[in-house]
Amino acid sequence: MNHAVNEPRSYLDAPYGVASWLLTKDHKRIALLYLISITVFFLIGALFAAGIRAELMTPEGDLFTADMYNKLFTLHGVVMVFFFLIPSIPATLGNFLVPIMCGAKDLAFPKINLLSWYLYLIGATLTLGAVFMGGVDTGWTFYTPYSSMASNTNVTLAAVGVFIAGFSSILTGFNFVVTIHRMRAPGLTWFRMPLFLWAMYATSLVMILGTPVVAITLLMVGAEAALGFGIFDPRVGGDPVLFQHLFWFYSHPAVYIMILPGMGVISELVAAVSRKQIFGYSFVAYSSLAIAIIGFLVWGHHMFVSSQSIYAGLVFSIITMIVAVPSAVKTFNWTATLYRGSITWESPTYWVIGFIGLFLVGGLTGLFLGAMGLDVHLHDTYFVVAHFHYIMVGGGVMAFLGGVHFWWPKMTGRTYPETLGKISAVLVFVGFNLTFLPQFVVGYLGMPRRYHAYPEEFQILNVVSTGGASVLGIGYLLIIGYLVASMFKPRNATANPWGATGLEWDIPSPPTTFNFEIDPVVTEDAYNYAGRAQKTGDN
Amino acid sequence: MSHVSSKGLYYTIFISLIILTGVTVAIARVDLGAWNTPIALAVAAVKATLVILFFMGVRNNTPLTKVVAASGFLWLIILFGITMGDYLTRSWLGIPGR
Repeated sequence: MNHAVNEPRSYLDAPYGVASWLLTKDHKRIALLYLISITVFFLIGALFAAGIRAELMTPEGDLFTADMYNKLFTLHGVVMVFFFLIPSIPATLGNFLVPIMCGAKDLAFPKINLLSWYLYLIGATLTLGAVFMGGVDTGWTFYTPYSSMASNTNVTLAAVGVFIAGFSSILTGFNFVVTIHRMRAPGLTWFRMPLFLWAMYATSLVMILGTPVVAITLLMVGAEAALGFGIFDPRVGGDPVLFQHLFWFYSHPAVYIMILPGMGVISELVAAVSRKQIFGYSFVAYSSLAIAIIGFLVWGHHMFVSSQSIYAGLVFSIITMIVAVPSAVKTFNWTATLYRGSITWESPTYWVIGFIGLFLVGGLTGLFLGAMGLDVHLHDTYFVVAHFHYIMVGGGVMAFLGGVHFWWPKMTGRTYPETLGKISAVLVFVGFNLTFLPQFVVGYLGMPRRYHAYPEEFQILNVVSTGGASVLGIGYLLIIGYLVASMFKPRNATANPWGATGLEWDIPSPPTTFNFEIDPVVTEDAYNYAGRAQKTGDN
Repeated sequence: MSHVSSKGLYYTIFISLIILTGVTVAIARVDLGAWNTPIALAVAAVKATLVILFFMGVRNNTPLTKVVAASGFLWLIILFGITMGDYLTRSWLGIPGR
C-alpha cells in the first residue's frame, strides 16, 4: 500500500536514531529489539548444537573431551531454553501483537516492557560471561548435588543470569495479563478475542505463577553453596530430590511457556490459510487455560527414576495422560478447521502443516515417557532428546517461524520471496525429521544422552542425524538471509497481504506509533471469514 | 482502590506484626519437638496474611484482585502438597530407596 505524504509516520520512522530505539517505550520497537536479541542467542545456541552433532559423527569421543562435551550440551540447553525459546514468541510476536489485537495503543506498562528487555540482556550477558570464563557443565537443569557440591565450573554466574532473565519473563507476563484484562477495545469480549490472545494469557499465567519458584530455587542453590544452609545437601539435613521437585515445578510448565504461544500462532494461521472460522473456538480457548493449569500438576514425570515415591509417580503419570487431552483438542480442531477449508498454499500454510505433523509426533511420544514403566527404559536416552525437540523445535520453533512469516509484512512493511519462504519451510521440516527421527530409534535401542562416545552400532543413525542437522541449519540460515535482505528493499507490503481477519490487518503495514488513528470498536467474532466473504463478494 | 483505612487500623496491624515477630523469636528458644517448624510457619503465615489483607489493601479490593492473591497461595499449596505427597509415601513400599 502506498501511503499518502500527510499520513502519520510508521513506528519504524518516527523518531529515528539509536537512542530512540534503546529508550523506546513502543511495544512494537521492543518486539523488534527482542527479535534481534533472541536471533543472536539462537545462533549461539545453534553453534553449540553444531559442536554436539559434529562430535557424534563418530562413535569415539575424538573431537572434544568429555568435559568440553558436557559444557557444549549444557550451554546449548541453557541458551536455547532460557534465552531463545522462553522469550521467543511472547517477547517478539506477543509484544508486537497483544496491544494491537486488543485494539490498544500500547501495553499497560510500556516502561516495564522496556525494563524487561534490559533485564533479559543483563541475564543473558551474565550467562554468556559464564561461557567465556570457562563454561558450565551441569546440564541445563542444574541438578543438585552436582551443581552445588561437585561442579567446579561457573554454575553460580550462569544461574544468576537465568535468575535475572526470569524477572524479565515475569514482567512480560504481568504486562500481558493487565493489558488483556483492562485494555480491550469496546466490543472485544473475551469470546471475541483472537485465540492468540487466549494463548498469551494462559502463557502469562504460567510465567507469573511458575517463574518465581525457579528463581527462588536457584537462589537457594546459591545460599546453600555460600552460607551452608541444609536445603539440598543431605550432609546438613537437605534433600537433593527436593531440588528436582522445585526445579520441575517451574520447568515443566516452562515447556508450556514454549509451546502455548506457538499454539496461539497456529490457531491464527490455520484460520487465515483455510479462510474459515476456527472449528470449536471456545474449546480451543479453554484448552489453553486447561494446559496452563493441568501443566502445573505433572512435574513429577521427570522424576520417575529418582527416589520419588512410586505412589507419587502413579499420580503424576495419570495426570500426565490427562494433560495430553487439551493438546489433542487443539490438534483435532485445527485439523477440522483445515477440513474443507479454502486452503491457500502460501508460505505460512507450509509452516502450519509442518507444525501439526511435528507437534503430533512430539505429543504422542510424550505419552510413552509419561507411562511409568516405559519411562524406566527410555529415561535419559536419546528418545527423550528426540521427544522434547519435536515439541520445542518441531512445535515451538516451527510456530515461531510460521508466525514471523505471517506477520513479517505487518512488522516491517516488507514482503519476502514467497518461493524461498516455502523452500525454507520444506528444508526445515525435512532437516528436522532427518535429525531427530533417528534419535527416537537410537534412544529406544539404549543410547544414553549426554555422552560424547557411543557404541559403534549406533553410528549410521547418528550420521543421518548430523546430516539432517546440516539441512536444518541451511534452512534456518536461508530464512535469516532473505528476511534480512528484505529489510534493504523498499516497503511494498499492503495492509492485509493474506486477506486475513483481525484488528492488526485493518491498520497500515507497518503500523503507526500508536497503532490506531481512531479507537477501534469490535462488532464481530474473531475469524469471521464467512461474513467478510459475503461482504466483499470475494472468496 | 478508593477505600481508605484509618490510621488506627494500620497502627494496630503494625503492632500485631511486632508482637508476632516477638512470638517467632520466643518460640525459637523453646524446643517444641516435631512442632518447631509447623508453629513457626503458622506464625509466619498469619503475619503474611495480615500484610496482604491490610497493608497491601487486598481486603477492600476488587474480586479479581482477591482471586489473583488467592491463586498465589493455591499454587503454593499445590507445590507443597504434591511434593509432600512424595515424601510421605516413600516408605510405604518398605524397600529402601523406593
